[in-house]
Amino acid sequence: MARGQLAPTPHDPDERGHFGPWGGRFMPEALIAAVDELAAFYEKARVDPEFLDEFARLLRDFAGRPSLLTEAPKFAAHAGGARIFLKREDLNHTGSHKINNVLGQALLTKRMGKKRVIAETGAGQHGVATATACALMGLDCVVYMGEVDTERQALNVARMRLLGARVIPVKTGSRTLKDAINEALRDWVANVDDTHYLLGTAAGPHPFPVLVRDFHRIIGIEAREQILDKAGRLPDVVAACVGGGSNAIGIFHGFIDDPSVRLVGLEPGGDGIDTARHGATLTAGTPGSLHGAMSYVLQDEDGQIAEAHSISAGLDYPGVGPEHAFLKDSGRAEYRPVTDAQAMEAFALLSREEGIIPAVESAHALAGALVLGRELGPEGLILVNLSGRGDKDMDTAIKWFGLGVES
Amino acid sequence: MSRLDPVFSACRAESRAALIGYLPAGYPTVEGSKDVLRTMVASGCDLVEVGLPFSDPVMDGVTIQRAAEQALRGGFRVRDLFGVVESVAAAGGRAVVMTYWNPVLAYGVDRFARDLAAAGGLGVITPDLVPDEGASWIEATDAHDLDRIFLVAPSSTEERISLTARSSRGFLYATSVMGVTGARDVVSSAAPALVKRVREHTDMPIGVGLGVRNGAQAAELAAFADGVIVGSAFVSAVQDGTVEALTVDLASGVRQAAASV
Repeated sequence: MARGQLAPTPHDPDERGHFGPWGGRFMPEALIAAVDELAAFYEKARVDPEFLDEFARLLRDFAGRPSLLTEAPKFAAHAGGARIFLKREDLNHTGSHKINNVLGQALLTKRMGKKRVIAETGAGQHGVATATACALMGLDCVVYMGEVDTERQALNVARMRLLGARVIPVKTGSRTLKDAINEALRDWVANVDDTHYLLGTAAGPHPFPVLVRDFHRIIGIEAREQILDKAGRLPDVVAACVGGGSNAIGIFHGFIDDPSVRLVGLEPGGDGIDTARHGATLTAGTPGSLHGAMSYVLQDEDGQIAEAHSISAGLDYPGVGPEHAFLKDSGRAEYRPVTDAQAMEAFALLSREEGIIPAVESAHALAGALVLGRELGPEGLILVNLSGRGDKDMDTAIKWFGLGVES
Repeated sequence: MSRLDPVFSACRAESRAALIGYLPAGYPTVEGSKDVLRTMVASGCDLVEVGLPFSDPVMDGVTIQRAAEQALRGGFRVRDLFGVVESVAAAGGRAVVMTYWNPVLAYGVDRFARDLAAAGGLGVITPDLVPDEGASWIEATDAHDLDRIFLVAPSSTEERISLTARSSRGFLYATSVMGVTGARDVVSSAAPALVKRVREHTDMPIGVGLGVRNGAQAAELAAFADGVIVGSAFVSAVQDGTVEALTVDLASGVRQAAASV
């Protein structure tokens, strides 16, 4: 196991969580004590051998790490002949990268002596992962989920309930992920003494963007070793989908000090960024404060938060983690939109050519790789973070491709 | 010198707490909110808080969330806020604004302070801005002579209470419970302890809010606080057509405490 996974880096924010002008804590005073406590526990845990060993053991024996690195040559043939490797986070227990973060935060919850965990979820992947970790560690679990999402991800609602979690449909606002976060924050204010808010993405107030990133840094650490081993060199591009940005920041950090490696985040372009129906926060958003941090935000000129639109519930979020805003501004990472149609084309292509059904979220990264491959040409080498599997997206696929029973 | 000093001085002269009533601008409509606020002023609110409806109000319970949603669906724009504040001032009332931070950022921090001051607003309550992140806001409110009211909570450490008190002007807003806005049956037992802790750090007036819905509860808070803040109950009273009766009840509540002292 990479013992340095949680170690402080030169890329950490200042002590109040600022990545340049981004991040920080734009949140109610009532919660400051809780995030201070969390930050203090995390600063100790990230250098505590006992915590690191326990986290490593869970990643190995429960989540199934290290995840594989798989070359996708038949898929790559559609990308101008560049070589494409997939980091198989879809093979983790619960089917996505989300398990890395929830195991880390659930361990922290126990260290803080809290008995109850709340979480938000969009697609349900983070909710399922949280419910799983809570079942494993004997914590009470409540998951807030927008009512719209409970309908389009009914299977994941059932999984969470089976795992012992209470799923509360959120009926206010746009009834999607951002409203689930609002409701989780309201719960947290009222129950902060015994409750940890297990935030699912690398956003929110400090220290969440750092600790969620760190729990996912294992993705990039493994992938860097694996691609050096399999391809004999560093990739030209690392591609990952970006909603809140947790899987992307996890894999990016494995390569952030390798200047030859381009870091490319693929955002949900929905119907296209020239329409009102997309979730491409970094491409089309403006600076604002949402859910506790300064970052790019989709909003109107009055600062009212816009509804994001994406075929992927997991990317359907009008904000983004503050470190991505920083990486965009510094130029270290680039961000591009991918439309629903492009993502679904890549979704079908990977399924048919490689026998791997990706999550619709991850299909955005795959669609980006198809374009990047053509730009790089046959000498190119691309690493794609396949952040999750697509079983949960069958309803979406049935509707998009008309996959019903043939009559 | 605080812009709100005359409000609290006058109440202190009567040995009583100030009654501070909240209503979202644009609720039930922009013109309707002006009418309701005028009634609140005429019937006994010493100060009104004009709320700026926001799409993602994480400190608000369902009553104020729904009111904000209705205002936004009705086409409320941030620029309408200043007209509502102006109408309070024109009716002889005193107004502060309560707003989440993002609309201020989007409008422009200095421009927001300037336009509010020009409309006759006296200060701003910012429930999701802590002083640590408030440098630009402190500068703008100083430049335009507006009071800035930060919040303290039962979970605040002594160090944070001290920082918040030093950064505020006008009064300090003490949230009486750990929770979001909304009328409650029982006023929190945490409030007296919090107010006592805050007084160790400052002589500034302390307003207590969250959960108050009637004169009896107002009287309880008025026994130890300088201001009693009532929000969700006014929103509900708009629906029930009982704004005047509620104001009269609350105004009598903040005076009962004085009588009993």
